[in-house]
Amino acid sequence: MKLHEYQSKAIFSQNNIPIPKGRVAVTAQEAKYIAEELGGKVVVKAQVLTGGRGKAGGIRLAKTSQEAEELATQVMGMEIKGFPVRRLLIDEAVSIAQEIYLAFTIDRSLRKPVLITSGLGGINVEEAARIHPEEVHTLVIDPLSGLHVYQAHDAAIFLDLPHSHWKAFVEICMGLWKAFLTTDSTLAEINPWVITDDKRLLALDGKLVIDDNALYRHPDLMDLWDIDAENPAEIEARKYGLSYIPLKGSIGCIVNGAGLAMATMDLLTFFGGRPANFLDIGGGASAEKSAAALRLVLGDARVRCVLINIYGGVTRCDEAARGILVALAGLDKNIPIVARFAGTNAREGNYLLSRAHIPTASTLVEAVQQAIAMVEGAEGEHPHQ
Amino acid sequence: MSILINKNTRLLVQGITGKEGSFHALQMIRYGTNVVAGVTPGKGGEWVLDGKVPVFDTVKYAVEATGANASVIFVPARSAVDAIYEAGDSGIPLIVCITEGIPIHDMIRARQFLEQKGVSLIGPNSPGILSPGESKVGIIPGDAAVRGNVGIVSRSGTLTYEVLSIFQKNNIGISTCVGIGGDAILGIGFSDVLQMFEADAYTEQIVLIGEVGSREETVAAGYISKMMTKPVTAFIAGKSAPVGKRMGHAGAIINGDADRASNKIEALRAAGVHIADHPEGILQFLN
Repeated sequence: MKLHEYQSKAIFSQNNIPIPKGRVAVTAQEAKYIAEELGGKVVVKAQVLTGGRGKAGGIRLAKTSQEAEELATQVMGMEIKGFPVRRLLIDEAVSIAQEIYLAFTIDRSLRKPVLITSGLGGINVEEAARIHPEEVHTLVIDPLSGLHVYQAHDAAIFLDLPHSHWKAFVEICMGLWKAFLTTDSTLAEINPWVITDDKRLLALDGKLVIDDNALYRHPDLMDLWDIDAENPAEIEARKYGLSYIPLKGSIGCIVNGAGLAMATMDLLTFFGGRPANFLDIGGGASAEKSAAALRLVLGDARVRCVLINIYGGVTRCDEAARGILVALAGLDKNIPIVARFAGTNAREGNYLLSRAHIPTASTLVEAVQQAIAMVEGAEGEHPHQ
Repeated sequence: MSILINKNTRLLVQGITGKEGSFHALQMIRYGTNVVAGVTPGKGGEWVLDGKVPVFDTVKYAVEATGANASVIFVPARSAVDAIYEAGDSGIPLIVCITEGIPIHDMIRARQFLEQKGVSLIGPNSPGILSPGESKVGIIPGDAAVRGNVGIVSRSGTLTYEVLSIFQKNNIGISTCVGIGGDAILGIGFSDVLQMFEADAYTEQIVLIGEVGSREETVAAGYISKMMTKPVTAFIAGKSAPVGKRMGHAGAIINGDADRASNKIEALRAAGVHIADHPEGILQFLN
């Protein structure tokens, strides 16, 4: 789960990391009041869960509270990469002398936390690491003993920070490390972290990405979940324990297992079809779950046909078939379906579907080809339904 | 023969009295695995599975009493990391964790702990290990494979079963199939398993099944080009996966270019690995 900038910065602040003065506004008028409080000169920042806000015009500098109100009106009406702007962060404007990148994340290959620093603040760190690898410093942290002060000193030396800033820098590193651990984050990033003209050290922007698997032990963070920022179908899917990701094609996919679901999408693409979604119904899926999956997939207006691929292990194919039949009975849509069952109770599953005149395929390749043919049929001038 | 497990594997099942644990313990016994003990805290002293398997309160007692030398974990996510530490502390050299969804920070600490103890962890979110004719640890359907000379290592569950069933239809047998797991933080990686296959006299060729997310396949490519003499064929799932979305597995998310299927494929191809376009495409590269 990604946290908004304002949420992340509030958590930074709780961990002794200095942040600019500022507050959240949901109306332009509120933005004006906050700007007045802050002395007029402010930055109006769209709070959306995507990168590239600056480039899209979602971060604007206002010189007066009047201008803050005008800019807030503009930004509030924007949509950035598909995310409508519903909140603004109004921060005091500061003059920047130096920008720095500072983040804790997890290096999956090393299976360890790392501290990443760079003097190229405000950057896309991945891109910077590719173009100027010498400008990005990675420090590996022992997961059992944690971050040590001397390691923060190493980073300060790499960044060429004057000694006068070391104490404050160590505090920021320690604070960010603590925030990273206590929120179960997979990324705790300050970008940029700035030294202002008046020698203040401030986390100007930042984000936290929380490990979904750890959310159960953070009810306080669950409250920060921005449900508006998510696709309603993905939320519905989560209710049933399905992982569903809408794509742009016309062939709905229902598969058990993430790897097999990806392979099914790939195979569709390989044979010239276009998957409408990724959907993993998980292991041991019940009839109820399969039914929910079919309803979800058919809820996408672009879907012209559905491909069901179940490799029964813990999941029983007959259970999946029952769910599909139940869901179909409750829908008035008439969309062609092809199913491919293998493994546990595949024969029973095939029997149930064929009794309901739903075609079944014996291999994945065959199923994929049938699905593609069905879409072509459905897109013809006289669909057979 | 096989890697990691064989006829001498004496298996302990952590979480044996749970729904998943008891179901799969029975499947493993039917397959011929020597399931010597189960552990469920608070249920020590019971006997389960028709009175064949004793249940202990702790892994330590189970190991002392039965000489168990491998453990498989079916404990729910919230207590699974404790089960991993307990197994790691007992002297058991091999742990297979089927459980999915352990918090990442818990897992990186546990993994460090195991590394210091010299314990091998397969998973979490692993389907387990299958060595036809020898043993099965985990949930891979036992009837999906026959004995042969192909070693399989994979990050996926059902996709691996799919490949196994394709092999079986085409009379291709396997030495061992290892599912390293779909979570973000794993125990042993592709390279560790490749090294074992390289050293195993019964494995003559290897199939690697990867997916988007992480640098596991790229690291494996480096290992293959430097250290492997046996032929490797790979299939990488997720060529059509969008960026920034978690594709079911906690570990399958494209955060940067290196995570893409195309980059992994490129690295593997450069290392001399045959690349299959789809699961059935693997067949053409096998002897």
